[in-house]
Amino acid sequence: MMPSGETAMAAVLIIPAIATLLLAVISSYQAGATINVVATALTLCASSLLVAVRPAPTLYLHVDDFNIFLVVLNTFVAFTTSVFSASYIAHELSTGRLTPGYLRFYHAMYQVLMLAMNVALLANNIGLMWVAIELATLTTVLMVGIYRTPAALEAAWKYFILGSVGIALALFGTILVYLAARPTMGQGMESMAWTLLVSHAASFDPALLNLAFVFLLLGYGTKVGLAPLHAWLPDAHAEGPTPISAVLSGLLLNVALYVLLRFKILLTANAAALAPGALMIGMGLVSLIFAALMLYRRRDIKRMFAYSSIEHMGIITFAFGMGGPLASFAGLFHMTMHSLTKSAIFFAVGHVSQAKGTQKIADIRGLTESHPILGWGLVLGVIAIAGMPPFGIFMSEFLIISSTFAREPLLAIPLVLGLLIGIGALVLRMQGLAFGPASQPNTPVEASYVPLFAHLALVFAAGVFLPDALVSWFRTVATMIG
Amino acid sequence: MHGLAFDVAHLLSGSLVLISLMLLYQDRLYSLLNIFAFHAVFLAFAVAWQAFIQGAPHLYVTAAIALAFKGIVIPVSLHRMVQRLGIHRQIETVVGIGPTMLFGICLVALSIMVMLPVTEQADALTQEDLAFALSVVLLGLLMMVTRRNAVSQIVGFMSLENGLILAAAGAKGMPLVVEISIAFSVLIALIVIGIFLFRIRERFDTVDVQVLDRFRGEQP
Amino acid sequence: MAVIADWLVQGMQMALVLIVAPLLTGLVRKIKARLLRRQGPSLLQPYRDLHRLLRKEVVLADNASWLFRIAPYVVFTAIWVAAALVPTFATGLLFSWSADLIAIVALLGTARFFLALAGLDVGTSFGGIGSSREMMIASVAEPALLMAAFTLSLLAGTTQLSAIANFMLSQHVGLRISLGLVFVALLIAALAENARIPVDNPATHLELTMVHEAMVLEYSGRHLAMIEGAAFVKLLLYASLMACVFAPFGMAAAGDGPLAYLAGIAAYLVKLLLAAVVLAVFETSIAKMRVFRLPEFIGTALMLGLLGTLLLFVTRSL
Repeated sequence: MMPSGETAMAAVLIIPAIATLLLAVISSYQAGATINVVATALTLCASSLLVAVRPAPTLYLHVDDFNIFLVVLNTFVAFTTSVFSASYIAHELSTGRLTPGYLRFYHAMYQVLMLAMNVALLANNIGLMWVAIELATLTTVLMVGIYRTPAALEAAWKYFILGSVGIALALFGTILVYLAARPTMGQGMESMAWTLLVSHAASFDPALLNLAFVFLLLGYGTKVGLAPLHAWLPDAHAEGPTPISAVLSGLLLNVALYVLLRFKILLTANAAALAPGALMIGMGLVSLIFAALMLYRRRDIKRMFAYSSIEHMGIITFAFGMGGPLASFAGLFHMTMHSLTKSAIFFAVGHVSQAKGTQKIADIRGLTESHPILGWGLVLGVIAIAGMPPFGIFMSEFLIISSTFAREPLLAIPLVLGLLIGIGALVLRMQGLAFGPASQPNTPVEASYVPLFAHLALVFAAGVFLPDALVSWFRTVATMIG
Repeated sequence: MHGLAFDVAHLLSGSLVLISLMLLYQDRLYSLLNIFAFHAVFLAFAVAWQAFIQGAPHLYVTAAIALAFKGIVIPVSLHRMVQRLGIHRQIETVVGIGPTMLFGICLVALSIMVMLPVTEQADALTQEDLAFALSVVLLGLLMMVTRRNAVSQIVGFMSLENGLILAAAGAKGMPLVVEISIAFSVLIALIVIGIFLFRIRERFDTVDVQVLDRFRGEQP
Repeated sequence: MAVIADWLVQGMQMALVLIVAPLLTGLVRKIKARLLRRQGPSLLQPYRDLHRLLRKEVVLADNASWLFRIAPYVVFTAIWVAAALVPTFATGLLFSWSADLIAIVALLGTARFFLALAGLDVGTSFGGIGSSREMMIASVAEPALLMAAFTLSLLAGTTQLSAIANFMLSQHVGLRISLGLVFVALLIAALAENARIPVDNPATHLELTMVHEAMVLEYSGRHLAMIEGAAFVKLLLYASLMACVFAPFGMAAAGDGPLAYLAGIAAYLVKLLLAAVVLAVFETSIAKMRVFRLPEFIGTALMLGLLGTLLLFVTRSL
């Protein structure tokens, strides 16, 4: 019997909620890790069901072409990360960086974060979207500070302050959108339902929509990590547990960008409103070039990849800012590839820093000699993220560059420049990390390589061959985003 | 009736802007917290008045939450926290109070200039409410930027949230979900904050964020 | 005939401010003394002081220039004219058209300018300190006064005090936060301009804290009488300004009979009494500020004035 779409959608949200409660009461950390893996696997199954059967949109939740894929990607990466987390956390416990009590908290928070992200993705109500993003922020703040070192607390505090400011601005933007909608759609819940908003958007007051978008771009842009508002991102990535860095980079940034794109669609639907593209292109390019330059002077390995995330978010924002079927297609593709690759890299980095007992780049050398599998995994990941063929990121970056050249050759110059600077930095650092004589200490790690190589294989496969179904899906959504 | 409705709303939300500026002017933690309590009380009145003139009873709930939670519970608990941490000395401001106040006035001017033309089609009540709300939001931001002390940053953040609630209340007929969720998230935020403050206290005996900066692993 | 009556009423106003001014200062001193459980000087003491000073010989410094000698008269005249322009017991007097808020601010500015110059003229260090401090205060207080004036005139659509008073009595005012802000701004500016606590202490001769007194330290005899008299009138001016703008009740309108004028005078005297009580209580209950804190305190008035003007743009006629 095929379950209905409503059941599947409910399951995507209820499973993390139940798991949270369970994890909050179970004190054994092994059981906690197992439940975590099982819960994320179940959520993944439920979200896959959503692909087949789609529930009718309600005023609060809906499933459409755009969010369904992101939900699947989200639950998939959540699942693989939970597998990685199980092996990572065991090591943290044995070195005494975390206590069982904190692990219980950690696992419960992990599920809350999943719940928040799934709600944000499935929400049809712009208010609910905002609530979910706020919940996700608060959860990650707690997780980033979990090690309780001064550096971790400072990172969490900075993240909290900047994140709250961003979120506050986003709420103001949301209120303005409601105000813009009210004259045409009347008062009440209907004026906050995205599916209804987009069908009426043409008659909204353009001035209000413009102002709203500026607030939303700044607000959610903070969560995406776009350049002037990115300060929290490197700290949060470097100081939190590595699974959280993977989830932050791979998922939460995407979710925030997704919400921003929803509003972009709204703005595009109104002919008189300002074209959101220019703003997004500007912020994207600035983030890209700034982050690429910052990559050179990094001494902390997780910080370095955090800056790489800013860079890629810049590229994606740029692509969506360019708009049009091809660039949006490339943007979606890049979003997916980056999510998979960056989380794979953090899986590798997590184990590397455990094996070497440090996150300092200068103290990590010759990984391919001391830990061949891990070392080569990291090398492959870096090659993929740098945008080398045959990996998927090469394809998406190629598409973005070629579509930019075709339409705005002048914009392509800084874009290519930024990409090249980024590649240079990554290759430079990778050589030191991976090759040459191995540095001490060389503790062997109980690593689970499956998530790492599963992600890399997917990225490789996407670079070589993209199934037709996926291509046609990307096309549909690209036309939707416009 | 309409004139009076507008006048009272104008008076209340205008006072909120004024109190936001007064928050910027304070340089002692205790008086900062007291003034913040006033801020919340005026917010409660402003929201209650909106509830009255819009005929939207659910806004009374928001007003009550603002009054009880932000007007009483949070200031009292922050008072205790400040006392326990022993940090009731002067707040170090990054910029002097004079320039900050001037900048604050400029922000008020900016938000009035931005909001009035944009909301031209709405009624006068919504217009003034939104313009003042944006001012309060921006002043809260300014406070967070100019203060180094963690407690005053929190106060800045909460005054910013007050501005948001004012905006939400002024947007006629905005569904209840949002208001309750705001109140709820403030609760969560306070828990987070509380945990943070105590952890910070445990580790290095200060809540001055500038001191924290020293501990960063890597200077850019 | 009517013209003569108008002249008479206007002349009455000019005489009234001159006669009542020392009484107001005496009243404030008396109330302050009583609040401190002292007997205090008689209400008429300011008159006696003036009388005594007028009879005394003028002692001039060797290097005092003509400026030093004419300054007291200029100061007194400017302030007297300004005070006579502010409607006290009646609106719509003969010179009402010139009772312009900005003109009044300008007259006060002129008086201050000459006083500061005179302080510098002799070249003693006290005079210099006094003048520089006075200018520091004025550089903030005067813009604050102007901002308040702008707010009021934007609100009433005119800068004429008499018209503003009539507007305030009308139904168009409503509840306005701008008015509250302007009131506080004017209050602070008035305290600063009249050298009252917390800005300055009119009764002190402590060298570190003097502002106004330091500036006029070199004056004696009838010159000092002029300056003291100007100070009395200035206090009265601010009191009647506040009364005229924020409590214009009981004022006679143009062309009302003598009875209405009498009632207006009675109302005016009651308002002055109230102002004296409030000022005395206020001064007794707070301490003087350090000089370095002054710009912040008076700056508040400027901020409030600015804010008042700004908030005015958000009106119900949107």
